Order: sequence, then structure tokens, then C-alpha cells
Amino acid sequence: MSSIMAAKVRAKRVAQLIARGKRLDGREVDSYREIQIESGLIERAEGSARVRMGKTEVLVGVKIEMGEPFPDTPNEGVLTVNAELVPLASPTFEAGPPDENSIELARVVDRGIRESKTIATENLVIEPGKNVFVVFVDVYVLNHDGNLIDASALAALAALLNTKMFNYEVKEGEVKIKPGYKPLPLNNYPIAVTFAKINDKLIVDPWLEEEQVMDARLTMAVEKDGKVCAMQKGGYGTFTAQQVLEAGKIAQQKATELRALVVKE
Amino acid sequence: MSQKKPEKLIDEKGIRYDGRKLDEMRPVKIEVGILSNADGSAYIEQGKNRILAAVYGPREIHPKHQALPDRAALRCRYHMAPFSVQERKSPAPSRRELEISKVMREALEPSVFTEYYPRTAIDLFVEVLQADGGTRCAGITVASLALADAGIPMRDLVAACAAGKVEDHLVLDLNDVEDKSSDGADMPIAYMPSLNAVTLLQMDGMLTPEEFEQVLTMGIEGCKQIGQLQKEALKAKYTVVKEGEAEKGEEAEEEAKE
Repeated sequence: MSSIMAAKVRAKRVAQLIARGKRLDGREVDSYREIQIESGLIERAEGSARVRMGKTEVLVGVKIEMGEPFPDTPNEGVLTVNAELVPLASPTFEAGPPDENSIELARVVDRGIRESKTIATENLVIEPGKNVFVVFVDVYVLNHDGNLIDASALAALAALLNTKMFNYEVKEGEVKIKPGYKPLPLNNYPIAVTFAKINDKLIVDPWLEEEQVMDARLTMAVEKDGKVCAMQKGGYGTFTAQQVLEAGKIAQQKATELRALVVKE
Repeated sequence: MSQKKPEKLIDEKGIRYDGRKLDEMRPVKIEVGILSNADGSAYIEQGKNRILAAVYGPREIHPKHQALPDRAALRCRYHMAPFSVQERKSPAPSRRELEISKVMREALEPSVFTEYYPRTAIDLFVEVLQADGGTRCAGITVASLALADAGIPMRDLVAACAAGKVEDHLVLDLNDVEDKSSDGADMPIAYMPSLNAVTLLQMDGMLTPEEFEQVLTMGIEGCKQIGQLQKEALKAKYTVVKEGEAEKGEEAEEEAKE
């Protein structure tokens, strides 16, 4: 019971601050924590990136293997996203098969990449219907201090931008690896922007303290031309249509800001 | 029963290949209270979707460590029968089913006064017997009715409907073929009509900000229609007056007038 009372006191404090447009860590309601991105720190992986968003830390590794395409898309490579909430990242994470939180995290990151057609999967076919490249995006959460979705989506995009494909040639039906690399063909750059609703107000990039007291969560993924390409509501609270549209507008701005951190054009 | 995919899903007149208008919902049939063992149950047919929902509880919670000191634990299982789709689906829960179970629970919990039943479980089972697109929405619609049928106090019914984009047209209530069309978009929405509150919101596909607003509005209108059908289904179950009772009622009314 004491923990519930403590949580309620804390929730009240956070909510009072937000009503005045302030946050526990001193941020504006619509600003992100400090973001650091490092690419290519895992040499064994075809691509990798680590994102630090405040104290939240996520590492993404991309591996590319050969495999069979899905029967309904014989002329496309395959994208697979998986997320691990590693036990060392939080006292609330446990070892074992993926729970619904890690599945949701993986599927929301997947949706942003897939629906915006980020990976040019049509260019990943070796032999139609039989042999294609499978892109494994593995999200590894190393420290949980809130907003895992945005940090993971950003790290996944940074890792894909960093991914190198090996050169190959097909000789008498055999795939031969040739020396040298080329970048993974990408068409788009989706960015996830997550809001928490606390005391009927929307804030951007909730950290753990805020996530623990939020009523509901809304993630919007925005692609390079400003189209919304994925969305996910979470938590037990509700949103009005007006709040969803307001979130959509803020997400546009924030996505542009965040994209500039990873995509250097 | 294989589905032939037509060349064009929407013709020049804006009629969809199954004969519907752009903003027209599939035919919906709902029945409440159809399983005798469950505390509450309901069944929905929406197009070719056939979905059963049952509620057990509030009841003792097992395992005990899942008990919540300040409210009931609403537990939700969305599951598809192996024969519900074209290719047999393994009965083991997939990642998709686990995600839907989670968002479904989060869509329904805002409607339930869980704080009335601390340390108990309210178990909700949704079985998709046949799937034809939009099963999470139809599942929420029918699950909310099962909760009501179980007599659990609620703030409002939760009605759900999807809207989206097919071949550059904005449409309501996508079926399976429309959902799988390329370059489309699908936005499932759950909504409490009396409270103007969105309780589930997901989207895949691409929409411009203008389209996004239109689809959201169209989807919420769809939810309101579903909400009416839910009310009618509950009334059909609970306000049917037996013939003998009706006469008694009339007599009583007449007496009251006198």
C-alpha cells in the first residue's frame, strides 16, 4: 500500500508542475531530453547504433542473412524487428520469453519502418520466391529511463543508415560473397514521437518518473514528407480527437528536429 | 473458400467491390448473453467476421501475485481459431495476438469501474472464429457488451471501428482485402461515445496530415454508429417483455391511471 500512496503523492506533484507548464527535470512540455547518437560500434553487425536519450540507452544491431521470402511477397526481402528488454536495464525487467511490453515495442518500431517503406525490400531479392536478404533489426534496451519507443526507433533508423550490405554474385545457382560493401538501400526516414497525457495535458518524451504517473501514451511515427506512417496508443487513459490532432501537429515539428540528428543530407 | 482479389477495389462511382459506399459499414449483427457458463457474453458478425467474447468475474485471482491492491485486474486474451483464416493459424498465441490483447485491455479498462473490486480478476476472452479484417475493433465492440452483460459497472460502452485509405479513397470499416491493398492505410479506433474519449488508436500505412484528420473523424463517426447498435443489442436482450408480463404491465398502468 505504501508504494501506492507514494506513487499517488508523486503523481500529484508531477501533475501540478505540468499544469503550470513545468516538468520535474526542468524541461519544457514539448522538448526532448539531450540526445546522443553513436553509429557503428558493433563491428560484427552489418549496422549498429546506440542512442542515449537522457539516461535511457538503447543499442540496435542490424544483421543481414539470406533466407526465404514470405509466400505472398516473393519479390521482396524480409524485415524482422525484435526487441529485448534486457534484465540489466531495469529492476522491472525479467529474463525469459518476450513479454507484451517488448512485443509492443518491437511491433511499433517495425510499423514505422515497414509502413514508410524505409527499406527498399525490392532490391534485396537474390532469386524471386526462393532466396532473399532478411534484415534483422534487434533492439537491445540497456538502460530504461522512459520513452523506449522513441529511443529505439531513432536507434533503429541510425543503425539502418549505418548498415552495409555485402557484395555478391550468383554463379550456377550458388551465391558467392565478393569483397567490398555497399549501403543498405533506404527510401525513407521515419521518426517516432511519443506523448504522455498527464493531468489532461500532453508532454513530449516522457521519462520514467512521468511514465509511471501518466494516464495514457500516444506514439506517432512521421515519415520524411510529413505523412503519419504509424500510430499506437498505450496506457489506461483516453484522448479526445482534439488532443490527437494537436499531438499530430507537434509530432511533425519534433520529427523534423530529430531526423536532422541522424540523417545528414 | 479462397478470396479472389478484384482488379479494382473501388469503381469510378465510389462504390467498393463488395457494393458498399465509401463511408458505409459492413452489416453488423450482435447478440448478447449467449454462453451459459460465462458471467457475461456476446457474439458479433461484422461482414464475414465472427467473434465471440466471454467475461468471467470479478473472481478470485490466480496467480495471487497478480492481485492489485486498489482495483481489479482486467485480463484480456485475444485469440484466433486455427480455422479462422485462409492459411491455418497455429493455435499458439502469436506476437500479433499478444499485442492486440494488450491494446484491447487498455481500450476497455477506462470504461470499467475496476476500483470497485480490488484484488480480484476480471477475465475477458475474445475468440475470433472467422476473420475478415478489423477483428480487433469488432473484438472490442463485442467484449464491451460481454462486460455489460456480466453486470460489471461501467462508465460507458466502448465501441470500435476502423477507417482508412484504399486506392486513394478514404473509407470506413475496411475488410481484409481492402486492408491488405498496397499504399493504403488503416486506423483502428475505440471510442466511448458518451464521454467523447478515444481509448484505442493505432495506425499503419501513410496519411497526410489532412487525410489523417478526415480519417480520424470518419472513424469516430463509425464508432458512434457501432455504439447505437450495441445499445440496441443490449435492449433486445434485456427489455424483451414476455407476453404474460406485458399484459400485467398494461393492467398495472391502467390501474395507476385510475
